Amino acid sequence: MKYVDEFRDPEKAKLLIDEIAAVTGQIETTQQRPLQLMEFCGGHTHTIFRYGIEQMLPKAIELIHGPGCPVCVLPMGRVDDCVTLAERPNVIFTTFGDAMRVPGSKKSLLQAKADGADIRMVYSPLDALDLARNNPEKEIIFFALGFETTMPSTALTVLQAEQDNVRNFSLFCNHITTVPTIKAILDSPDMQIDGFLAPGHVSMVVGARPFDFVAETYEKPLVITGFEPLDILQSIWMLLKQLNEKRHDVENQYVRIVPENGNEPGMDALSKVFELREFFEWRGLGSIDHSGVRMRDEFAAYDAERKFSVPNLKIADPKSCQCGEVLKGVIRPWECKVFGTQCNPETPMGALMVSTEGACAAYYNFGNLDELLKKREAVGT
Amino acid sequence: MCLGIPGQVVEITDVEKKLALVDVSGVKRQVNLACIVSEDHSVASCVGDWVLVHVGFAMSRIDEVEAQKTLDLLTELGEAQAEIESMKASAAS
Ligand code: SF4
Repeated sequence: MKYVDEFRDPEKAKLLIDEIAAVTGQIETTQQRPLQLMEFCGGHTHTIFRYGIEQMLPKAIELIHGPGCPVCVLPMGRVDDCVTLAERPNVIFTTFGDAMRVPGSKKSLLQAKADGADIRMVYSPLDALDLARNNPEKEIIFFALGFETTMPSTALTVLQAEQDNVRNFSLFCNHITTVPTIKAILDSPDMQIDGFLAPGHVSMVVGARPFDFVAETYEKPLVITGFEPLDILQSIWMLLKQLNEKRHDVENQYVRIVPENGNEPGMDALSKVFELREFFEWRGLGSIDHSGVRMRDEFAAYDAERKFSVPNLKIADPKSCQCGEVLKGVIRPWECKVFGTQCNPETPMGALMVSTEGACAAYYNFGNLDELLKKREAVGT
Repeated sequence: MCLGIPGQVVEITDVEKKLALVDVSGVKRQVNLACIVSEDHSVASCVGDWVLVHVGFAMSRIDEVEAQKTLDLLTELGEAQAEIESMKASAAS
């Protein structure tokens, strides 16, 4: 964690923090209860912890860390599916490094690799496609995951495979969508969010308009936010100003990267290859309507789910694991019974402890562990 | 995976497939430019562009100052090194 003096522009940071305190003081509802602002994206969560932004905010503001870390919301059953695919003979299973250590019901991909499965970490789906070209006798499966930010990349890779007639390449498609998930959060009775920091890089692809419903239908303010600590402070201030003025608009703090209409070639590729699923299962959040995509029928030959059989079983999380409650903001990470003890970054029980973007790993790495554990005892969980 | 990393386009390697070499903190790797080319901005004119690279695809053009700021931040967050390492490791296969 850092202090304001260590920010690249401490003057500006101090100014923003003062402004935030001033506006918060003017908002009446903070007398009754704290304001809850949700940062959806795991990248924001990471910056918030790294820079200790929460500690700089007035007590009347609570940041709720949303489910926007694609690795963290992967259900165990999906990891099991990956392991099954990877353990098929003649398969090279390729994945981003982030997914390797997520626990499945029996093993993680890392353990499957140690047991002899041919699993390779790649930086880009294009590298998986190259592997397919170089190994024509093997089946190369790419584990496609991530929000709209990574969808154009996998879609364009599939289009390239089709154009070059590479037949031994397929996607195990686990892409998830942001907008229906924010809707589900807004509909959930457990949650009372006053405003959203929307993910900057998802918006870079989809643009600002898909978020209009948050302001129009749910009457909540939303600010599209960049990843620098100052971006986050500025966006929090923008949200508070809206709340104080009783406005609810979609505002774009990250204009330097996010065009109003998003990225056209990216969106074209994405909608050519993918279509919405009726629902998708999220770890801890359950099934959310239209929150994932699958490959269109035209691309069935590139769809690992159709090309091979995938068990697709629902596996319940271990009882002691409370990732779901943490994801919904119902409990704080350190309140989970196994936080810091059975569940730690070395031996994670839940995915929120695996990724550096997960709220539990963030608390573990940047919080004061002893203090948090004491707090937990005091709460009596 | 989601934050991406800035780099500069140094050379077009395949006009038709819109592929280019991008220099990310001294590491060069092949990157797909499909998302940043348009009628007004041809593949050839991308040389010299600073871009935000996500998993091997240039997703956005950025100015040089912004690129440097973002690189500094990623280095501070410990993300830059990890991203560059995975780039290198993967390029070898
Ligand atoms: S401490 Fe572990 S099991 Fe508990 S919520 Fe966090 S990641 Fe899940």
